[in-house]
Amino acid sequence: MLVDFFLHLKARQLPVSTNELLALLEALEARLVSASLDDFYLLSRTILVKDEALYDRFDRAFGEYFRGIEDLPGFAPDVPEEWLELAARRHLSEADRLKLQKLSYEKIFEQLKERLAEQKERHSGGSKWIGTAGTSPYGHGGYNPEGVRIGGESVGNRTAIKVWDQREFRNLDDTVDLGVRNIKVALRRLRRFARKGAATELDLDGTIAGTARNGGWLDLHLRPERHNAVKVLLFLDIGGSMDDHIQACEELFSAARAEFKHLEHFYFHNCVYEGVWKDNRRRHGEKLSTWDVIHTYGPDYKLVFVGDASMSPYEIARPGGSVEHWNEEAGVVWLERLLATWPHAAWLNPLPEAHWSYTPSIGMIEQLVGKRMFPLTIDGLERAMRSLSK
Amino acid sequence: MKFQGTDTYVATRDLTLAVNAAVALQRPLLIKGEPGTGKTLLAEEVARALGMPLFQWHIKSTTKAQQGLYEYDAVSRLRDSQLGDPRVEDIGHYIVHGVLWQAFECDEPSVVLIDEIDKADIEFPNDLLRELDRMEFHCYELHRTIKAKHRPLIIITSNNEKELPDAFLRRCFFHYIKFPDKETMQRIVGVHFPVLKHELLKEALEVFFDLRDVPGLKKKPSTSELIDWLKLLLAEDIPPEALRAKEAKDAIPPLHGALLKNEQDVHLFERLAFMARRKQP
Repeated sequence: MLVDFFLHLKARQLPVSTNELLALLEALEARLVSASLDDFYLLSRTILVKDEALYDRFDRAFGEYFRGIEDLPGFAPDVPEEWLELAARRHLSEADRLKLQKLSYEKIFEQLKERLAEQKERHSGGSKWIGTAGTSPYGHGGYNPEGVRIGGESVGNRTAIKVWDQREFRNLDDTVDLGVRNIKVALRRLRRFARKGAATELDLDGTIAGTARNGGWLDLHLRPERHNAVKVLLFLDIGGSMDDHIQACEELFSAARAEFKHLEHFYFHNCVYEGVWKDNRRRHGEKLSTWDVIHTYGPDYKLVFVGDASMSPYEIARPGGSVEHWNEEAGVVWLERLLATWPHAAWLNPLPEAHWSYTPSIGMIEQLVGKRMFPLTIDGLERAMRSLSK
Repeated sequence: MKFQGTDTYVATRDLTLAVNAAVALQRPLLIKGEPGTGKTLLAEEVARALGMPLFQWHIKSTTKAQQGLYEYDAVSRLRDSQLGDPRVEDIGHYIVHGVLWQAFECDEPSVVLIDEIDKADIEFPNDLLRELDRMEFHCYELHRTIKAKHRPLIIITSNNEKELPDAFLRRCFFHYIKFPDKETMQRIVGVHFPVLKHELLKEALEVFFDLRDVPGLKKKPSTSELIDWLKLLLAEDIPPEALRAKEAKDAIPPLHGALLKNEQDVHLFERLAFMARRKQP
């Protein structure tokens, strides 16, 4: 009987499984609750929802279903056309944006209507439709996961799209493709490698256990020498265009900190020059010479850059190209030095891979790191770790 | 046999329902909530209320799933074999039972608390999937499968430090302990301080909820901190009027160390108090 309800929850993007539906039916059969809707609500929430972040979504879906609101309120006709245009630019995906020129406006609006109708239905339990600072799906300053941000910044430039992308990313609640947990699992790929090698070290625990199992006959166990875990040098681009990716970088950083015992991090801005710094608040006071860094850490370190590599080509190619100071030597010289010192290197780029070809500097860096640039996604991280462990 | 809260533990309607559902359907119950909302206490109180023995398994970052089942004490066996102890013939003497084994072999239904599961390694929950699902596991040394005589009620708490894997979540019931509202809080305090002066309680709760509303606090004070604070207030015999002093110069509540545990929070609070003072003519 609850199949419709179940499918409704599924349609509202709640991760429910058949097992849980069966459990709910079982609970009802066991007469755990009386016939009151309130109790049924509590019971179904206990059984079906496994994350408090989803409670809100469940509440809305539950309200919709039991208020019998099945027909979606259509696309409200009184929405001004300009607003639609704004929303179109914000709301369509990158692929759609590329198609935009080829499509007629009617068609775009058609698509948008579908999308917005979908959004609307998800949020019909919420508050106002277009507004500011609230749980309304549209508007500005709110926190709604699927929110379309209207107003505030200028529309149409590249930054706006990025901000939107990032919102989507961050607010996907449990469907985050790049949560700390996922990152850690991806980083493990590197850690496992660190234990490979010839078995040369006496495994004392294994020997004792093995000897005991043998009933006293000595049974020597050897194991590969522990490679003091993997050593990683993390160079993080910070400030400017990277501000949009702070969330993703923080997650990566916290995951990496927990996974690698030997992790050194340094900040740079746009491109590495003669100085890097360890604490961003004191970046001007406490610069470290890049030469010192090169001389301090041995070649067994693995080099990981995190940055969007988006800058003016001069910042890489020319002396004096830096936006912050006069650099005697070009960024390319410094990058090559780093790459020569630590041949195991990878560059993680928070921008989606599909965007890379639009920015010349990304192509230059990609060339410099020998095609070892990977997007900052789970898939990209795994590829990066695989390439690093080669 | 239904759990309704106890004389020392106030359980809201949704919490009792979740516990009873887990008891009736014999599923593990995952409890989350702000620190200090009584997650760990719940298992103790449920065990007490239902008259079942409680097995506690406190998880640390080094805890392995296997330790909850059993451990093979090879070193003892090696020593015994060197000393010619006849016990060495039977490997069963060297299998140390873990919490789950004890609970599975218990002759009556029991409660198992797996406390702070998020502290363990990221793969820990995955290693327990079958054990929690089928309530059985295999002991390789004894060639024996340990099966639960009575499926125990398993209560798992998490502080959300790590995300739990999906497959694990799907097998549990879940309840998030909301921070209690004023009314519930009064009941909770009533349970702990039956003779508290009504006036003092009212003022204290007001200060407490105001404090929780201060934006930007790193760690909001929780129920257990409120209880501690009230104990202190009673011990120091602070009169209710002292709490009522709404003039900004006394904006920091007495003995605030029990409520604000973070240096930055105390600073923030002092700054806010300072600003409030400046605004006044």
